[in-house]
Amino acid sequence: MIQAEGLTHYYGPYPAIQDVNFGVRRGEILGFLGPNGAGKTTTMRILTGFMPPTRGTVTLDGYDVVEQSLEARRRVGYLPETVPLYTDMSVNGYLKYMGTLRGMPPKSIKARLDDVIGVCRLGDYRKTQIGKLSKGFRQRVGIAQAILHEPEVLVLDEPTIGIDPIQVVETRRLIKDLGKDQTVVLSSHILPEVSMLCDRVLIIDEGRIVAEDTPKNLAEGLQGVDRLEVEVGGPAAEILPVLKAVRGVNDVSHLNNNGRHTYTIQAQAGQDLRGAISQAVISNGWSLRGLQMVGMSLEEIFLRLTTHEEL
Amino acid sequence: MRTAQAVAWKEIQIYFSSPTAYIVGLIFLALTGFFFTQDLGDPFPEATLVPFFDGAIVMFILLAPALTMRLLAEESKLGTIELLLTSPVRDWEVIIGKYVASLVFFLVLVGLSFFYAILLFVYADPDPGPIYAGYLGFFLYGAAALAVGLLTSTMSNNQIVSAVVAMGILLALFFADRAFGSVSGLAGEIIGEMGIRGHFDDFSRGVIDTTNIVYFISVIAFFLFLSIRTLESRRWR
Repeated sequence: MIQAEGLTHYYGPYPAIQDVNFGVRRGEILGFLGPNGAGKTTTMRILTGFMPPTRGTVTLDGYDVVEQSLEARRRVGYLPETVPLYTDMSVNGYLKYMGTLRGMPPKSIKARLDDVIGVCRLGDYRKTQIGKLSKGFRQRVGIAQAILHEPEVLVLDEPTIGIDPIQVVETRRLIKDLGKDQTVVLSSHILPEVSMLCDRVLIIDEGRIVAEDTPKNLAEGLQGVDRLEVEVGGPAAEILPVLKAVRGVNDVSHLNNNGRHTYTIQAQAGQDLRGAISQAVISNGWSLRGLQMVGMSLEEIFLRLTTHEEL
Repeated sequence: MRTAQAVAWKEIQIYFSSPTAYIVGLIFLALTGFFFTQDLGDPFPEATLVPFFDGAIVMFILLAPALTMRLLAEESKLGTIELLLTSPVRDWEVIIGKYVASLVFFLVLVGLSFFYAILLFVYADPDPGPIYAGYLGFFLYGAAALAVGLLTSTMSNNQIVSAVVAMGILLALFFADRAFGSVSGLAGEIIGEMGIRGHFDDFSRGVIDTTNIVYFISVIAFFLFLSIRTLESRRWR
């Protein structure tokens, strides 16, 4: 659906993004994850045809966003980060206006308006002036205008920034629903959000893509080794060497927390050692009090990828 | 085309609900009313709109930019331009839509000033030629001034900057005919011909000269063209 090749954009002499390549399949939710200033908004603006890349190309459903801009723009719904709205228009008036700009005939605007108002739960505010709405409601109006013309591609720049937690949950649910039949590209600097919503994540830092995978694979692949946390009742001095001797174990560290002994086991890549470990503990007569796999959280991966000093 | 209409309609609604436009209208009517009545105190008053037109074209150097400064500068400032330009709307549709809206508001002002002409026709026996021609000239003059203001609004995201630059360009055009005397040779000739005033004066004398009509239409087309190109330039690599 979307194919970006060699995207580079300079603001004066400063590169905002450099050689960014990615593809989005139809019906996929792709997340851009990165710290502030990493180049997420720049990428979104290029995708939507707001500004051209200095180098590189983006095609959207086969249409080049620069060369065949109009055709490409017809297929996009866009929610910019700042949710720019005409504050002196009513919700209804604004949505009608945006619908006309998107080339919708008046009849289908009328028909869609009720749907969209319902989906975004703006029912009580149809006639309210946008300037009088709270930030969360403005966000909903922003989403409403983005989905009004049923675009094939939805580009959402930081869709949950600056709204209260309840609205964040609602907005995420809405995006998840939309992602069922639309292609969605969203950016965020909030990790759980991206891992919850997206089929695939691109981690972007200082204008370059540093990782790309599903949230799950990213967590597994980056870690390389799986970690197990075991709580065992018994003498630590004896337990430690036994655990280390189990086949497939790379390293074991021990933590004594007020008499609760937990051991963190680094297993070799792809090995599931839960069986071997529990057997080793039980056959020695110690009590196995807890055993769980600990994946690396997306947060840790994110930090590892985007922090340049050693952690 | 439907999108250009939508843009125009939205802007017209904003004009009629914004204080700026009403203030501009108030100043226009109050001052032109004053200009109109000035000559009436003469022992032998002339039934003419020339004082009204003379005053109005000077005022419009200030008022036209006040009407147009908001048009695109505000969209850039608020960021709404991001949604406008990522909609499947052609750049010329945006410019023409905005321009037509300012023209409509201007036409309403012109329409209100018909009051002076009606007074003349009711209470005196004016020569209709200069009045009709004068109104045609004033309309063309105003349309040109609005096109200048639209260009400067496209160039900046600051309304004040936009208005001041437009006033500068309009003042330069207004006084350009002074170059006839002060700049020698062909250059003086060319700059002098660019003067907006000389082209207007024929109209208020009752002369409809094709040269003058072509002049105003060229000015309008030139500034609208530059506005479209300026808007487009955001998409240039």
